[in-house]
Amino acid sequence: MNAASVTGIDRLGEVFTTAKAEDRAALIAYLPAGYPTVKGSLGLLTQALDAGADLVEVGLPYSDPVLDGPVIQHAVDQALRAGVRIRDTLHVVEQLAARGGRAVVMTYWNPVLRYGVDAFARDLAAAGGLGVITPDLVPDEASTWLAAAEREGLAPIFLVAPSSSDERIAATTAATRGFLYAASTMGVTGARDAVSDTATSLVARTRSHTDLPIGVGLGVRNGAQAGEVAGFADGVIVGSALVSAAEHGRAAVARLTTELAAGVRGQHTGR
Amino acid sequence: MTSASHGLAGTTHEPDDTGHFGRWGGRFMPEALIAAVDEVAAEYEKARRDPAFLAELDRLQRDYAGRPSPVTDARRLSEHAGGARILLKREDLNHTGSHKINNVLGQALLTKRMGKTRVIAETGAGQHGVATATAAALMGLECLVYMGEVDTERQALNVARMRLLGAEVVPVTTGSRTLKDALNEAYRDWVASVGHTHYILGTAAGPHPFPRMVRDFHRVIGLEARDQVLSAYGRLPDAVVACVGGGSNAIGIFHPFLDDEGVRLVGFEAAGEGVETGRHAASITGGTPGALHGAMSYLLQDEDGQTLETHSISAGLDYPGVGPEHAYLADTGRATYEPVTDAEAMDAFRLLCRTEGIIPAIESAHAIAGAVRLGKTLGPDATILVNLSGRGDKDVDTAARWFRVVDPASLPTEEPPPAEDADGAVASGEREL
Repeated sequence: MNAASVTGIDRLGEVFTTAKAEDRAALIAYLPAGYPTVKGSLGLLTQALDAGADLVEVGLPYSDPVLDGPVIQHAVDQALRAGVRIRDTLHVVEQLAARGGRAVVMTYWNPVLRYGVDAFARDLAAAGGLGVITPDLVPDEASTWLAAAEREGLAPIFLVAPSSSDERIAATTAATRGFLYAASTMGVTGARDAVSDTATSLVARTRSHTDLPIGVGLGVRNGAQAGEVAGFADGVIVGSALVSAAEHGRAAVARLTTELAAGVRGQHTGR
Repeated sequence: MTSASHGLAGTTHEPDDTGHFGRWGGRFMPEALIAAVDEVAAEYEKARRDPAFLAELDRLQRDYAGRPSPVTDARRLSEHAGGARILLKREDLNHTGSHKINNVLGQALLTKRMGKTRVIAETGAGQHGVATATAAALMGLECLVYMGEVDTERQALNVARMRLLGAEVVPVTTGSRTLKDALNEAYRDWVASVGHTHYILGTAAGPHPFPRMVRDFHRVIGLEARDQVLSAYGRLPDAVVACVGGGSNAIGIFHPFLDDEGVRLVGFEAAGEGVETGRHAASITGGTPGALHGAMSYLLQDEDGQTLETHSISAGLDYPGVGPEHAYLADTGRATYEPVTDAEAMDAFRLLCRTEGIIPAIESAHAIAGAVRLGKTLGPDATILVNLSGRGDKDVDTAARWFRVVDPASLPTEEPPPAEDADGAVASGEREL
């Protein structure tokens, strides 16, 4: 098999098969491109990968992030005011991929629509990105995107929520590749003190519809919580807590990532 | 006379089952809220066939909101509009002072049917917020209204009204601090509160079923007006005009005329300082297709799909998107959309005050300006029906500042109007009332 025939979906699958072989969950770290600067975000994401994240979600800054809480809103707003562009996000992905890092993009849908769905899929695949998480695109409206993603070997990653009916979970899992994003709670992004009970039941419901790995996000902020989520999910997604750490620089991101990486291995020291 | 419930009866101009008007509309929104909008859609379908719901809606619209609203023949205004007959559909005379109550009474009744105890709303000019606070008080619902901080300042009267009615008003300090940011906050609230909260979206936009449902609650405007004009003048109007921000008052008056091919439908968008300046809110005139707040429609956005900051002297039109059915009507050519600047709207505001003794909302003044412009081209044989969507009490500070009718020191602090020379001289004599 030559390199070109290995798709983004394949490489994304390896993240979870590797973690599973090590009897642990994968750690997925979110940070937005362009925060605090484009170069700075590349450094932070690199740091997260070096400190134990198995996969990074590169956030594409958007003016109206309706599913994000204050921490991420503030960071992307700062990135946008500094002039970050879609091409900067693609550049960050390309730089991460060039050094062997695995990255997906997290983006609201309108920037992709405006860039051109086919063009975005083509350019992201060329940059070495593995897939796209779309918080405000449901499969019902995604026919163009699903075709483009399939053509480029990219994983379309959709969300399921505690409010999703079994029928919708079935339809959503059928459209998803790579892994499924389970929103642990009803609410926007942001660190929370406790992992919601709804997460376990959502993951259990979702497992009855799919063999896809399931990543759980929204609200995880420390190693103990990561360990708790790793007990029932295949991936632990951490966003706002890392963005908060990023305000204090690369060392803070490294420290938190190390703690989270220990957490998904059941080695957290507790808090 | 047609009553409000007739607006819900179904028409030959409906979106598909998933809310698409051609390539527009749909549901571009988080999965977490799909169950909620499915519930709203299902409950609305049941309610609009339920005689008890329809009777209660009609009773409230008649005995509480004061429907039907009259149509006024604006004879002195006509002299300034090429002699065309200008008929004003008086939504400003509804309880709470605008058309917004039509939709809110319907959605508040729906909230009760769904067994929810709390409503949230976004508001720009505050008219929708006041209407929601009013209905919440009437029906014993908890009410929270999100309003951009900029708008809480320029529409302070409505903030006070909402609080007097028992609603909590939350000034939104993110982004441009106007209507679009209030919508963002309302969505964020709803994702976390959907179990007991209904989001009373205030315009005919957002995800399915809101564009269709909000339109239906406002169709009473056009249904009444069509009957009123026919019975008084024995003919249909040559044109029906309205201001368009999100587009709820416009779709309400346009829709019952869609099959009347001889009737022109014209929407007037807020051109702010002029579409060419970039400081405007004319989404159809100056926008491109995009998805914002749940639907595909025309949108003011940059080349990366970031929403642009908008400008209009009218808080209620200061929004970068527009309801998807308007995008569809623009595409098919059944309706046309034209820009009206701040200055043109304020000229029309003054004109209506002085010729008819009616102080309009600045939003509605855009429609008056458009009607005057259209009258001059159609001439004295034409009849133009204008949706006078709201009254101007809330805009007295803004208008007084614009026309300098009071000592500025007596008004709350605000940036001076932009059309001023560097030396502070008024740019044109147009500002004198």
